Amino acid sequence: MAMSLAFHIIFAALGIGMPLLMALAEGMYLHTRQPVYLELAKRWAKGTAILFAVGAVSGTVLSFELGLLWPKFMEHAGAIIGMPFSLEGFAFFTEAIFLGVYLYGWNRISPRAHWISGVVVAVSGIFSGIFVVTANAWMNAPAGFKMMGGQITDIDPVAAMLNPASFHEVLHMTLAALAATGFLVAAVHAFFLLRDRSNVFHRSALGIALALACISIPLQIISGDVSARAVAGLQPAKLAAMEGHYRTQTGAPLLIGGIPNDDAMETDYAVAIPRGLSFLMTHDVNAKVIGLEEFPRDQWPNVRVVHWSFNIMVGSGMAMLALAVWAGWLWWKHRCLPDHKWLLRALVAAGPLGFVAIETGWMVTEVGRQPWIIYGVMRTADAVTPMRGLVVTFSTLTALYIFLAVIVVFLLRRQFLETTRPDPARSTEATDA
Amino acid sequence: MLELIVAIFIVLALILYALLGGADFGGGMWDLLAFGPRAEKQREAIADAIGPIWEANHVWLILVIVLLFTGFPRAFASMMIALHIPLAAMLVGIVLRGSAFVFRKYDSKDDAVQRRWSTVFGVASFFTPFLQGLTLGALTTSRIRVADGAVTTGFFAGWLTPFALACGVFALGLFAFLAATFLTFDTKDRPELQEDFRQRALGSGLALAPVALAVFLASKHGAPEMYAGLTRWWAPVLLVWTSLFALVALVALYLRRFALARFAAIGQVTLILIGWSVAQYPNLITPDVTIANAAAPEITLRLLVRALGLGAIVLLPSLLYLFSIFKSDKRH
Repeated sequence: MAMSLAFHIIFAALGIGMPLLMALAEGMYLHTRQPVYLELAKRWAKGTAILFAVGAVSGTVLSFELGLLWPKFMEHAGAIIGMPFSLEGFAFFTEAIFLGVYLYGWNRISPRAHWISGVVVAVSGIFSGIFVVTANAWMNAPAGFKMMGGQITDIDPVAAMLNPASFHEVLHMTLAALAATGFLVAAVHAFFLLRDRSNVFHRSALGIALALACISIPLQIISGDVSARAVAGLQPAKLAAMEGHYRTQTGAPLLIGGIPNDDAMETDYAVAIPRGLSFLMTHDVNAKVIGLEEFPRDQWPNVRVVHWSFNIMVGSGMAMLALAVWAGWLWWKHRCLPDHKWLLRALVAAGPLGFVAIETGWMVTEVGRQPWIIYGVMRTADAVTPMRGLVVTFSTLTALYIFLAVIVVFLLRRQFLETTRPDPARSTEATDA
Repeated sequence: MLELIVAIFIVLALILYALLGGADFGGGMWDLLAFGPRAEKQREAIADAIGPIWEANHVWLILVIVLLFTGFPRAFASMMIALHIPLAAMLVGIVLRGSAFVFRKYDSKDDAVQRRWSTVFGVASFFTPFLQGLTLGALTTSRIRVADGAVTTGFFAGWLTPFALACGVFALGLFAFLAATFLTFDTKDRPELQEDFRQRALGSGLALAPVALAVFLASKHGAPEMYAGLTRWWAPVLLVWTSLFALVALVALYLRRFALARFAAIGQVTLILIGWSVAQYPNLITPDVTIANAAAPEITLRLLVRALGLGAIVLLPSLLYLFSIFKSDKRH
């Protein structure tokens, strides 16, 4: 399951970001009437189509898998958080329909209607992301029901959907998808620009992708701050694990890196910024921050995994922020697309960073919630299917996902490579299809 | 009442999945079975027909699943436990089929590689619907028992019975027939291809009759409650109509009235699924899990019904828009 989700989150994030880029490019075309933007919209639309088709397959698998692996979880949670899944189904459906219109309607509907259907694809993509994330948020901050002697009563699906963790998780994940897609796409086009600095196609592409990346990453850092403080309130054990913070103390230092040691209850060899954690959490350098010692040992998540993942995520985010500042500064100075050789090289290197941050961030939220599957309500071990030989299902599905990932990478690579040698036969085929 | 509405929506989504997704499966089967001088042309026609709305078709299955686990979480959990093995196998089929399709569509036309992907696509198009029919059949066998919310009959109950296997074969035949009938309509400007698909439609349509009979006979022992359902007063009415549609479809194919054949085939599939649902009513997993005892709390159902209404308002016009754009040949 973890494996499938780890793959799905990549398809999903690209599935949120790519349609937006595609719609932006076509919008630029309608605005400027420069054919290069039209070519760009078509190219990105192909990428979107591949990701969507694979995303649809992996989404189908996931919807079954929830039940195949966690039947007890679904039995209890279905009535409470099935709602966002159903809404997600609709959003996804809308996306599928309008993607069909978009891909096959280039010559069949007016350019304006065509662009609007692209916008609908982008918007419904964002919405399906939002709905699914609220379900995950509910696992972290369960709301909208009461437990009476092991029985769930007073279900309120709306309250469950609008649980206290929804806002910051949705914000953080949506921005993450946009920033990660922006940086990945920017990296691809920066790579080609390094070879041929005057290629108009790649210059336009880099412009749009970089704008998306540079706008979303600073917002993302702010939403990260909001998220961390919300987690401190909702799941103090998770926060303590993220920070490698064992002992409750006032004026707590911020620990970066190091090796969390559960037995000694200390994080060894970490770089400590005095009073940093207290300041970040409450904006007061002397505030008290709760440590893991307040919680029974069997309710600790794996501190090392959570702390390290968290550090990697924040590190990646900061690196992307630095790049965005650099690019923004160059743009402000020269008033044109920043194409400094070293910036392009840095962008190529930073391409995967957004996805590194998404994967590690996802580890933080999932591993940080353990041993619970529904925080404070149901343990993961109680939710798993009674099916024996689960390892077979598990490894089969994992193999399938790896297979899917390989296919996507292979096809997208081919699509990207094609941009270097545009083939007139293929582009007319795409228009007529 | 609310649970009934949700159940009806599930059946509707299932019907649409059978009509649209089922035709895709059937297309995949005919792709694998393409033969004769026009084999390549047949494959091209199939790919053209599946292409544009392929993505949308398979979302119906996701809809069925989310409605099931939101509206009937207990039934969903039990099905997923008892039918873990065939469902997991079906997922393999879905993934292989989906990726093969994407690959064929977006990769360049290297013949050897394309051929291999086509084979994967075709084979997966056979065993995915077979497992779907089998799973659906297994739910009615009365072999899967649930007590106190726990499945008591293990992981092999129901789906290995002759009845379930017959249901799997029936699903295969039905989708093959449906696809071939649709394809006769889609190839109306290419008479030779149309003739190829007409023969296939007639062949699979005729082959369907004995399979249907086998399912019915197997149900007497294999799915007694279903059999009892099929022999209630309304059953002959439904049965007569279903047979009538099937007959009309075959005759229309024979007389080359392809629009009528398509209409009748759609009616036939719809009636089969309606008949199935009514015969199974009110059970979700015969006999222990019913739509009443597995339903989610009322508030969830009410919200779900509202969401469905709202969703229909957004989705139906959009879907009609997609079909109208695609089916009209007008170009800007």
